[in-house]
Amino acid sequence: MGKVIVVTSGKGGVGKTTSTAALGAALARTGQNVVVVDFDVGLRNLDLVMGAERRVVFDLINVVQGVAKLPQALIRDKRLETLYLLPASQTRDKDALTEEGIAQVIGDLRSRFDWVICDSPAGIERGATLAMRFADEAIIVANPEVSSVRDSDRIIGLLDSKTVKAERGERMAKHLLIARFDPARAARGEMLSVEDVLEILSIPLLGVIPESEEVLRASNLGAPITICGQQSAPAHAYMDAARRLAGEEIEMMIPTEKKGLLTKLFGRRAA
Amino acid sequence: MVEVTELSATRQRGAMPLRGRSYMAFALTPAPPIADWLGELDAWLRGASGFFAGRPVVLDLSAVTLTSSAIAHLISELGTRGIRIMGLEGVAAEKLGPALPPLVSGGRAAPVEAFSSRQPASPPPARDREPTSLLVDTPVRSGQSIFFPDGDVTVLGSVGSGAEVVAGGSIHIYGTLRGRAMAGTSGRRSARIFCTRLEAELLAIDGYYRTAEDLDAKLLSKPIQAWLAGETLNISEID
Repeated sequence: MGKVIVVTSGKGGVGKTTSTAALGAALARTGQNVVVVDFDVGLRNLDLVMGAERRVVFDLINVVQGVAKLPQALIRDKRLETLYLLPASQTRDKDALTEEGIAQVIGDLRSRFDWVICDSPAGIERGATLAMRFADEAIIVANPEVSSVRDSDRIIGLLDSKTVKAERGERMAKHLLIARFDPARAARGEMLSVEDVLEILSIPLLGVIPESEEVLRASNLGAPITICGQQSAPAHAYMDAARRLAGEEIEMMIPTEKKGLLTKLFGRRAA
Repeated sequence: MVEVTELSATRQRGAMPLRGRSYMAFALTPAPPIADWLGELDAWLRGASGFFAGRPVVLDLSAVTLTSSAIAHLISELGTRGIRIMGLEGVAAEKLGPALPPLVSGGRAAPVEAFSSRQPASPPPARDREPTSLLVDTPVRSGQSIFFPDGDVTVLGSVGSGAEVVAGGSIHIYGTLRGRAMAGTSGRRSARIFCTRLEAELLAIDGYYRTAEDLDAKLLSKPIQAWLAGETLNISEID
């Protein structure tokens, strides 16, 4: 049975979709079967980031409503044969999702794949709560900004109350992925430091992804950074994060400025 | 279960400050036919006699159409079952004579568990006292609200920005307070607020409050206590 992971944040634009694609590809590169699921019905993006937008025939809503069978809607990645995408519908809205339907689809995916990675829409409404509803674990993507961190705190509260796991009285494992981390700005105190974010959210750190133009370039090329920019710093950070997710113990690397401002970076408070 | 919020107002003439308060009340919603509904209520009360004793109850009449005298009759019927009605909801104001409870509005749904767990349905053995404190051993996350009108609240962990802790008694936070803490809400002026690190958005005791803007910058990130002296909310560092 595979593991169902929701990638969520509350706030939009922090890097959920990019991280879903990058982690999915990183896990698939180890030979495991991975499906990335776009829950952002009505505002889908994951197909673009995965470079599969021209191959979408059926989508999540079609499967939920029984119009299409699951294998018909799954799109296999052209570069990694163990990586699949289940796209969202762009023409429908989140009201078309039903809890029973999602439960069915997630259960089906869980039996077919080692990893089911769900890309949650922003917000705390129906789409986001349904995306987290059946998850086993959660990745909270946050930027080192106060607004993003507070929204993440809100989402963690929902993960602990609105998910099936929480309602059964179990604890959902949560991982913090800090994205768009700019070491230079953090060193100048213009961003929250990694320590500040960890102190506020108090959940384990999965990885710190440095801000990089290569991430943007990869998204525009329609390829996860862990496929097309394997040697880049963010790709390394995502690969390490994926290995930690799979249970490996890897030393945490906090991105720093090239000049070695590590000492400046730590123990510093940002406004 | 509804939360009844009343508006606050300050009378200009004379020195009579009026403060708004929010209270928790049970909402009973009779459904037609009333006789059957009362029968169901009786059946339920047999398993939980005394459940409503001394509790505030709002009667939501939106599901039924009753005349003024029928409402009075219904209230007296409930009275014989030990249910006292503090207010009415979902009925036209014209129907309410001076003899009937006042109309309330703006009620919001609230979880019934926290409220009802305070007092078991059957009278507790004499030795058991009602709990006067609440221990929260997880962080209070943004958007969450801890509401405990009966006594002190202790939080082991931080209270996030956008979260709130409301206590009838004192509030103790072993962690960073980034959200709101409101102590002494039931008029207990001796209530205090303690936290190991102050980053609060708002501190209040018995309605007297300070927002983050009014906090002394020297106290930020420090362990503090807050108490009420007269009409001043004092905050000082704890060594």
